Amino acid sequence: MAADQPTTHRTRVVLADAAARRDAADRAASDLAEQTPIGEALVKGLVRAQLALALRLSLVVAAGLGTLPLLFVAAPGVATFRVFGVHLPWLLLGLLSFPFLVGVGAAYVRWAERNEQDFAAVIRRPEQ
Amino acid sequence: MNPYLGPGLIVVVLLTVAIGAYGLRFARTTSDFLVASRSVSPAWNAAAISGEYLSAASFLGVAGLILCYGVDMLWYPVGFAAGYLALLLFVAAPLRRSGAFTLPDFCQVRLRSRALRRLATAFVLFIGCLYLLPQLQGAGLTFATITGGSYAWGALLVGVVVTANVAFGGMRAITFVQAFQYWLKLTALAVPMIFLILQWQSDGRPAATPPQGAVFPAATTVVIERDAVLDGVRSVRAGETLEFTAGERVPRISTVDAGFGPDWLLPSGDRELFATYSLILATFLGTMGLPHVLVRFYTNPDGASARRTTLVVLALVGLFYLLPTLYGVLGRIYTPQLLMTGRTDAVVLLLPEAALGGGHLGRLLGALVAAGALAAFLSTSSGLLTSVAGVIFTDVLRSGRSGSIREFRLATLLAAVVPTVLALYVSDMDVSKVVGLAFAVAASSFCPLLVLGIWWRKLTDAGAIAGLVAGGGASMAAVLLTVLGPPLHGWVATVVEQPAAFTVPLAFLVMIGVSLMTGRRVPADVGATMLRLHAPESLRT
Repeated sequence: MAADQPTTHRTRVVLADAAARRDAADRAASDLAEQTPIGEALVKGLVRAQLALALRLSLVVAAGLGTLPLLFVAAPGVATFRVFGVHLPWLLLGLLSFPFLVGVGAAYVRWAERNEQDFAAVIRRPEQ
Repeated sequence: MNPYLGPGLIVVVLLTVAIGAYGLRFARTTSDFLVASRSVSPAWNAAAISGEYLSAASFLGVAGLILCYGVDMLWYPVGFAAGYLALLLFVAAPLRRSGAFTLPDFCQVRLRSRALRRLATAFVLFIGCLYLLPQLQGAGLTFATITGGSYAWGALLVGVVVTANVAFGGMRAITFVQAFQYWLKLTALAVPMIFLILQWQSDGRPAATPPQGAVFPAATTVVIERDAVLDGVRSVRAGETLEFTAGERVPRISTVDAGFGPDWLLPSGDRELFATYSLILATFLGTMGLPHVLVRFYTNPDGASARRTTLVVLALVGLFYLLPTLYGVLGRIYTPQLLMTGRTDAVVLLLPEAALGGGHLGRLLGALVAAGALAAFLSTSSGLLTSVAGVIFTDVLRSGRSGSIREFRLATLLAAVVPTVLALYVSDMDVSKVVGLAFAVAASSFCPLLVLGIWWRKLTDAGAIAGLVAGGGASMAAVLLTVLGPPLHGWVATVVEQPAAFTVPLAFLVMIGVSLMTGRRVPADVGATMLRLHAPESLRT
């Protein structure tokens, strides 16, 4: 409705901006949506980058937490080691594991958003 | 009975209903009811997700398990928190971008299969009931323990309050309710813990594990509930009353399988290695497959905020899980009689009065903890009920998006009736065991489906169905065998009670194998779907 009345001063300015934005975005999106080889490769690249990031960080967790049960079996001395009067397994699992998990999560959020920004930058300016 | 208890519990129920009613003013359309119009801010959303997630198993069960079995049980809170990291890494943002309302919706969006959708619906209903039942049971048992009232009334009361709240407020309302209940639960454990630690200091910091084993801190009377043998020599009969003096050692009782000696402090070694890794897999990967957890992610405005919300949830949940460990350890010092009765789940409820005495402070803090426990039952069962009702609404009643609010209320009632009736008739099932099994089923069914669906183009509907049937079916069979079957022994018992270590790999392998064999069935629009799942929203038109 409003698009049919470009003479209204306020409406015209807003629509012009929005339309310009939409045109640029349309071009980029249609490249992707039409599944051209380039668009397909770009999406695959993004998915691969995000998956690699997620897998690398899960490996960090698997190495940091997942090996603990094995470690306690392989080296029982570790389990009886005391820090500030507290046995090491209690300290590692009951206290330190939670900041560790949050730290890994924070790193993931930062890097995943960077991957997406890189992707968006390539789509918006394919010539660069 | 504690005089502060009644008013405390009534305040929690009234506040829950009042905040629900306040939220009702904003709930106008069916979409409001289902996903709160996707306009809840990350801070509210994260507190709501945490409030919904921290169930009776977390609030009561974890401390009880630690009191009973020691350091091995710390994997429960670590796994419950780490589940959100797995969710963040593999699922959160793409799932939000898929635009699906429920798990069956996701199957439809990704693989365009009606059959898969129906199968996913069945799994949501199964996991939902499996998780809802122990919440109601736990509510009933807590009511019976702390008020001396009847189990059935407690279960029924929580069932009715939750059903009414969800049916009349929907999700928008319970977002506020859940957020309130997270902070209530955290306060209910944190404030008493400050006083408990001060008391422990002024008692001269008694050790949690004296060399001779746990000792009674004061003169204690223990009523034996079942015929048993003490320390392998003295037989006692059910109903017999035993008197213990302060400083006396807690005798080992044959009916309770708990760690009585100093080895409670140490990991149990290679005997339990399979069970430990199975538990780690189930909790790390099961969280993303719980229907009431996933439905919350649709309330984020976009994928990036879904990620940030998940990170805040991880921090909030981690903060909470610092506390149950302390309750378990202090329970060892102040309520060792629970080791003899076997009712270790009650440690959080009993500890404030046991350590601080029956004065006003102890009773007040005891009432606060009980109020927190009630919040735990209310919030988790509200969230579960909303998600199960959402699935019944869209997939069983087949109302679609244009369905009326009245139909959503009908769906809520349908979703609540079965678990409530079951909870009234089944009272002797082990609460924390059933919750762990729900995680195992979720980890063996929806986790592979979501992870492969989001990251692997070659997944087919046939592969997904085969994987769900194999992994989910095997874990379901293990659940039914554990809950209904005869007691098992040896390695069979270990594998059946902690099935995740073989059912999760089984589900992944079958899903991948069958998908590769049915490569022609890959949806034609998989490229467009992948773009939608992974590209940031700013690129959309």
